[in-house]
Amino acid sequence: MQKLLEVRNLTKIFTLGSFVARAKIVAVEKVSFSIAPGEIFTIAGESGCGKTTTARIILGFEYPTWGEVLYRGQNLQYLGNRRTWFKEVQAVFQNPFETFNPLKKVENYFFATVYNYGLAKTRAQAQELIEDKLKAVGLAFAEIEGKYPGELSGGQLQRASIARSLLTNPSLLVADEPVSMVDASLRMSIVNLFRKLRDALGVSIIYITHDLATAYYISDRIAIMLRGNIVEMGTPEILVQPRHPYTRILLHSVPKPDPEAKDDAPVQILEEQEEYLLEGCKFAGRCPEALAICKHRPPQEKVYSDGTMVRCHRYS
Amino acid sequence: MNLLLRLENLKAGYLLRSPNGCKIVPAVDGVSLDVLNNEIYGIAGESGSGKSTLLKAVFVTAVEPPLRIFGGKVYYYPWGREVNIFALPESEKKRLAWQYISYIPQGSMSIFNPIRRIKATFLDFFRSHVEGREDELLKMTREHIRTLGLGPEVLDAYPHQLSGGMRQRLAIALATLLKPKVILADEPTTALDVVAQKAVIQLLKEIQKESHNTVVLVTHDMGVHANITTRMAIMYAGRIVEEGPTQDIFKEPLHPYTKYLIDSLPRIGDKQVREGVPGNPPSFLNLPAGCAFHPRCPYALELCKKETPSLVSVGAERKVACWLRSGR
Repeated sequence: MQKLLEVRNLTKIFTLGSFVARAKIVAVEKVSFSIAPGEIFTIAGESGCGKTTTARIILGFEYPTWGEVLYRGQNLQYLGNRRTWFKEVQAVFQNPFETFNPLKKVENYFFATVYNYGLAKTRAQAQELIEDKLKAVGLAFAEIEGKYPGELSGGQLQRASIARSLLTNPSLLVADEPVSMVDASLRMSIVNLFRKLRDALGVSIIYITHDLATAYYISDRIAIMLRGNIVEMGTPEILVQPRHPYTRILLHSVPKPDPEAKDDAPVQILEEQEEYLLEGCKFAGRCPEALAICKHRPPQEKVYSDGTMVRCHRYS
Repeated sequence: MNLLLRLENLKAGYLLRSPNGCKIVPAVDGVSLDVLNNEIYGIAGESGSGKSTLLKAVFVTAVEPPLRIFGGKVYYYPWGREVNIFALPESEKKRLAWQYISYIPQGSMSIFNPIRRIKATFLDFFRSHVEGREDELLKMTREHIRTLGLGPEVLDAYPHQLSGGMRQRLAIALATLLKPKVILADEPTTALDVVAQKAVIQLLKEIQKESHNTVVLVTHDMGVHANITTRMAIMYAGRIVEEGPTQDIFKEPLHPYTKYLIDSLPRIGDKQVREGVPGNPPSFLNLPAGCAFHPRCPYALELCKKETPSLVSVGAERKVACWLRSGR
């Protein structure tokens, strides 16, 4: 498999407090995965699992404490010109209303991106390029021309945000919770758009979400994260036949769109900070199947013949 | 029939003043509905369909400028009497709010004062409604928190020490402290992640089961409606377009908009391609003539572009506002 992006042993530690009373939070711990060209890769998990931190490191907003990000075999940290990197990797953010400054016209973002990267020389050329990208997401330039973010609907803005990220012809889009602030009725059209862009432009997508149903729907591969660790990774079939107890709990929490399947088994939430400090498996405190060893030793990876990776003492 | 809440042709909206004159945003346009005792009533719809405004108008004390009530009636049924809430004096309204009807506003996980402990907020709330010694009130608070399955130690915490899911559950605990008959909950599960969302759904269900009261739940997430509500209404552009038992609506949606909402839900284990609702939600300042959904509706008739359909009964329990169903 040819790799577009490879992440090796990525670790990010945040230190809190002054140097007298210091606490360390391991936001991302030895995360490794790779993405093939034209692949939709999902990172799913609860808030505080490190999925956004991973994305920020890939986007170059944050430096890893350890580990490396390789892009077509080249280490991101030693990349001389970061602009080439930003041209290749673009971001789509969660809340379209916060992505755009409410006092700035939406079209300004498009022209700024075009000129920043020197993609066009004249305004007419720029407009042609913008028109082209807007068409790819199902918008027309006339729809955003002269408009402020408040005058567009959430769905239109999120589409515009995606169109902007396509301007530089990136080979990787990092979409951080792109549909969680979008209405349920428009959610599917955005998710379908990602798939369409992948098919038409061959762009790879890292889709970060806590919504397992859409993750199953569009992904080629899914990684489930828990407190900085990937606990299970494989094709979307891991959601149909989950191995890790945490994946099962996540799945069980998804409200099923079927009123006859009302399900009342209780779930448990543990406060975040406690879980970060656990020595062994971070899930041991909530796990219904925890063994004695789980509390003391972190579990090792086990890779199955179908490529599924599980990190759980029950399987190793 | 055991009525708890009744809306009659309620009209509410926002009055926007600008140098060029006044504009009215008709966010709730003639809504009539009955909410019964001992049910979980859901209201679904896109953002900007007027569902939050509807809840504010029903809670009455949450009506603040620029929100205005333009017409209609809201009846409460406290202690067997029928009262028109708009005709009551301010003091009576305040008494009914929180004791008969309570309201969990959107984003309520941020209602707690960040520099005071959780219990201070609970005590303030108690003092403004009930007479009593501080330790007694605190004891009642602990008892209430315990019945909701939250540990009493959270009362001593500051808001930033708790997760969003925990704060949301505490906000629900606060709203149910005085044992109201009706609880209005505005998007209580939005902005929470899956596990916390499930815990909040379970808490609401638990409260309803324990005290046999009524929850009116507003959310755009149809999955949540399927999981918890017994009856539901679908709102579009300030009007109710469909109403009925949740099971029946999911089994056979009558309005094309409802059908879209249900069909667009992805299911794990099913890779079938699903489409969202085409087009964009309309703006209240520029609503399409006739049925507001007609520009996005694939079945739209000529009639739909001219006249607005009214909500008519279909069978014993269901209602729909669509020319395809009612005809002329």
